[in-house]
Amino acid sequence: MTISDADQAWLSAVVANHGRHATRLLQILRDVQDHFRHIPRPVMQLLAEQLGVPLAQVQGVTEFYSFLSTQPQGRYHLQLSDSISDHMLGSRALGTYLCDKLGVADGETRADGRVSFAYTSCSGLCDQGPAGLVNGWWLPKLDRSRIDRISALVEADVPLSQWPQDLFSARDNVRRPGLLLSNPVASGSALKWSLMRGLASTLDEVDKSGLRGRGGAGFQTSWKWRFCFEGPEETAVCPVEKGERMERYVVCNADEGEPGTFKDRVLLNSHAHQVFEGMTLCAGIVGAKQGFLYLRGEYLALRAKLEAVLAERRRLNLLGVGILGREGFDFDIEIHMGAGAYICGEESALIESLEGKRGTPRNRPPYPVTHGYLGRPTVVNNVETFVAAAAIALKGGVWFASHGTEKSKGSKILSICGDCARPGIYEYDFGVSIAQILKDCGAANTFGVQVGGPSGVFIGEQEFERRLGFEDLATGGSFMIFDKTRDVLEIVRNFTHFFAHESCGFCTPCRVGTSLLRNAMDKLCAGHGAAGDLVEIGNLGQFVRAASHCGLGQTAANPLLATLERFPELYQSRLKSISFEPGFDLDGELSTARRMTGRDDAHAHLEQESV
Amino acid sequence: MNIRNTITIDGTPVPFQDGDTIMDAATRAGIYIPHLCHNPEFKPHGSCKLCTVNVNGRNCSACTFPAADGQQVLNSTEELNATRRTITQMLFVEGNHFCPSCEKSGNCQLQGVAYFLNMLDPHFPLFYPERETDSSHPDILLDRDRCILCELCVRASREIDGKNVFGLSGRGIHTHLVVNADSGLLKDTDLTPADKAAQVCPVGAIIVKRHGFESPIGARQFDQQNVSEWSLSWEPAAMGDEHG
Repeated sequence: MTISDADQAWLSAVVANHGRHATRLLQILRDVQDHFRHIPRPVMQLLAEQLGVPLAQVQGVTEFYSFLSTQPQGRYHLQLSDSISDHMLGSRALGTYLCDKLGVADGETRADGRVSFAYTSCSGLCDQGPAGLVNGWWLPKLDRSRIDRISALVEADVPLSQWPQDLFSARDNVRRPGLLLSNPVASGSALKWSLMRGLASTLDEVDKSGLRGRGGAGFQTSWKWRFCFEGPEETAVCPVEKGERMERYVVCNADEGEPGTFKDRVLLNSHAHQVFEGMTLCAGIVGAKQGFLYLRGEYLALRAKLEAVLAERRRLNLLGVGILGREGFDFDIEIHMGAGAYICGEESALIESLEGKRGTPRNRPPYPVTHGYLGRPTVVNNVETFVAAAAIALKGGVWFASHGTEKSKGSKILSICGDCARPGIYEYDFGVSIAQILKDCGAANTFGVQVGGPSGVFIGEQEFERRLGFEDLATGGSFMIFDKTRDVLEIVRNFTHFFAHESCGFCTPCRVGTSLLRNAMDKLCAGHGAAGDLVEIGNLGQFVRAASHCGLGQTAANPLLATLERFPELYQSRLKSISFEPGFDLDGELSTARRMTGRDDAHAHLEQESV
Repeated sequence: MNIRNTITIDGTPVPFQDGDTIMDAATRAGIYIPHLCHNPEFKPHGSCKLCTVNVNGRNCSACTFPAADGQQVLNSTEELNATRRTITQMLFVEGNHFCPSCEKSGNCQLQGVAYFLNMLDPHFPLFYPERETDSSHPDILLDRDRCILCELCVRASREIDGKNVFGLSGRGIHTHLVVNADSGLLKDTDLTPADKAAQVCPVGAIIVKRHGFESPIGARQFDQQNVSEWSLSWEPAAMGDEHG
């Protein structure tokens, strides 16, 4: 493929728009993917020249992110979510229907180049699945009739901008507003109040509130902000003025990739001002001039709206130079898009990605709070954390701390999906029992709940009196419900496939271990498991948990280990009554030979021998 | 040197210098911690995880974790060596490693580590991945079947040779080494056999051609000494160079 003069000019303009910064490489590649429907090799070469980075780096970044492709995709690129919640709503059958309808195969582009299809990790619409994406735009509530309409639009080559809007419209589905969702902060009010009272006292309020990070890990927010303000130890020669010497950054982690989580989608859709207000307060406190919202690629539909909110805040002098007339309080926020990589939810991988690189987690220490974006002190917080911080700045730490439990103050916003009558957003004070939540969302005949997404924990009926909170069941917000008709092993198999697909490949235990776990679960679910396999898969899970570099590997075996511990009989019931079964299918291995010889009679088949 | 700066490794007091990692302190003291992606001539990488040690009850990579006064480090325990053996087995099954027919046999650190850890079988099902071999270069062979993704060649080419010949691409189990040329082939780079990147590979993935059988089996590196003796024979000095 050669690049036309017009395309070259287009590319140069794009690169110029991005300021020719290598940190913008991923953003530029997203534009290229949109324009060419893939990343052509000659474009990689041009980009390498224009940004002054090695071609191998451009290729390395391209091939890291799922939403970038080196082979041409169709003008309409359709994706279906592979989240377990979508599976349970029949997404796989729907995918087959769609492929048949359009004459396209999974992972391929139709010969005329018009349409391509692929499965993707969770699209963030688990409360309105089965869901998909077309060229990155949401397609909620898919069914056969919608697929028929979509197919007709594709075959008639109707531009996406002219598709009926109802195909795209996602709902917030807020079912139970709580502490934060019932008390939204009017834009600018928390900032005005904080500036009047002094930003230092806002930090005191955040401290008093006991707010802990809402991404799941639960680090004390006020400490993070203080460490960032204080900066790295080696520059702290003298305590005076160190807050001013070095550039600082505030990053909002909106890479909500945990399957079953979609609360940030709703917060960004309906409470974006409050998110940005929280970031701006943080910037005022730590002394940052630049902020980033790292928005997951699947949330493309939110981008224009978020840009409009940012523009409005600049107009209102809530962003920009001299915020609310305060000299020296300069801060602005840029939106960076992800491109289909769950690992970028890990804060140091997110920072690598912000810098335009492959999203692999860094070695720690040093931590991002002192050595983050471009090596500078950086606060990375979850969307919900900033929302809470803005509310705390306005209403005070005591207001927040009077809710929740001793170790888990305030509330938690949950994304509930799976087997229940009313999936959607529920906000509770920490300390609520699982049974209460199940009752509220109309779950019946419940077998178990995956709390905190695949990286969290699977609990069964006996544990429904357990409570949400850092002291018992910590969660980033995903809450997936499974009733007694579901096959636990299939659920675990789905999760192990997810982690194998999303492992970044940096460290050996996770890179190889997640694939081994996936293969072992496939073997069990296919009915080829033997007693030895169960021992083996348990050991392997423990190993991957203990030896991996970052949270992804350390939690990848959670669903397996949790269910193996609680429901060993379910695993045992799937085993063959022998101690060992080979990992490969002898008869399957002969299929190529059968195809070549055109035979399929009984003598061309082998019986699998077992010992 | 600050006399207070001391850690213990398996109960033995080991002094360290400011800025040392646990690996640095151990190497200087003549204590071997198994490793593959680490090479004292380069900035630590922390990806292979073979150097996993236990510091005050927590597992971490010795090559990247800073030494701090009073740390109790466990290194040569049965449990940690079992972890390392498992990692080594994973590296074997992930690629295509056929020691008997590999010209690097006897000089290969992966093989050396496997012997050191008493690895007797690959344990896991083999992946048999399909990987491209690049024999285009007149003097250098790139056999990706044997690559363990340690990035030493990437780092050497970037930091020492100043050529950026290699990079990593792909994700997860599909991560692979790529060559920085329009064609993607080694012949179109300025890599030479004298480059550090051509010599640093701990396994047989990057090999200078026509030198394979200069020393016979039985007279090769790890026939003379095991990988721990070999490491400690040159790494403390190499570290001294770097620290000036």
